[in-house]
Amino acid sequence: MKSSVIVFPGSNCDRDIAVALEKLQFKNQMIWHKETNLPKSDLIVIPGGFSYGDYLRSGAIAGKSLIIDEVIKAANSGCLVLGICNGFQILTETGLLKGTLLRNKNLKFINKDVHIKVINNNTKFSNKYKKNQILKINIAHNEGNYFTDHSHLSELNSENLIAFKYCDEKGNINENTNPNGSLENIAGILNSNKNILGMMPHPERMIDEIISNKDGVNLFSSLMK
Amino acid sequence: MTLKKDVLDPQGKVVQNTLVNLGMNNLKSIRQGKHFEIEIDEEHQASAEKKIDDMCKKLLVNLIIEDYKINKIQ
Repeated sequence: MKSSVIVFPGSNCDRDIAVALEKLQFKNQMIWHKETNLPKSDLIVIPGGFSYGDYLRSGAIAGKSLIIDEVIKAANSGCLVLGICNGFQILTETGLLKGTLLRNKNLKFINKDVHIKVINNNTKFSNKYKKNQILKINIAHNEGNYFTDHSHLSELNSENLIAFKYCDEKGNINENTNPNGSLENIAGILNSNKNILGMMPHPERMIDEIISNKDGVNLFSSLMK
Repeated sequence: MTLKKDVLDPQGKVVQNTLVNLGMNNLKSIRQGKHFEIEIDEEHQASAEKKIDDMCKKLLVNLIIEDYKINKIQ
């Protein structure tokens, strides 16, 4: 499996995701945002960070960069695309994923390990997880409050496009287990073709028990052919 | 540019609560927004406005959550 990690000025999780991918035997390449050619890839990852210092809106400037045209073309022809944290914000700015990420409801930057529930395990990104499995994964963001319109929200539910929701360690999904005010506790969504996943939690930080846990490993192993 | 009416504006809310605490009891609501001062080289106002409208739609405004108005500054 070949992967490409897109790097913007201000990306800061690009090395972490590369380590995770290489650990899972992906042949990975780092792609600078000014490139106009994307090497043939099975997976494109847009990493977390603060691309362009979050100027204008998180992900707005990166969403108009040169390489993004190639990412959109690849995504539209079925290539797997994973956007984590700022990568999720960038994907919404490009229109590859609908909706947007608002400022956290409590106006605070949140950096902590939270629980999320696997809502849909019938995707290329999550097939190694069990349905309703509870994972403990780190979040670190200021704008993670997912928002979309009513018709898209009902599409997300009816088409099973919600990948993960915030919960507590017992799996309860409610206002008290929602760290950032996200609609219906949404932590990650898919596009209608299910080849694009955007998520705020950082699975690449959960690949080694020495520093955290291994709850993120199965996301990457799910992707292996 | 402001957040649309049905989008929660927590910053505006905090500013509003603080002003009420300062005694501005007749305050009804505050929405926080942002503005851009744009200079453009165009002869006619209509074509300048059209170009700026295009800038708003392509980059400056997130139409899912934000409303915008274009005003001419003399």
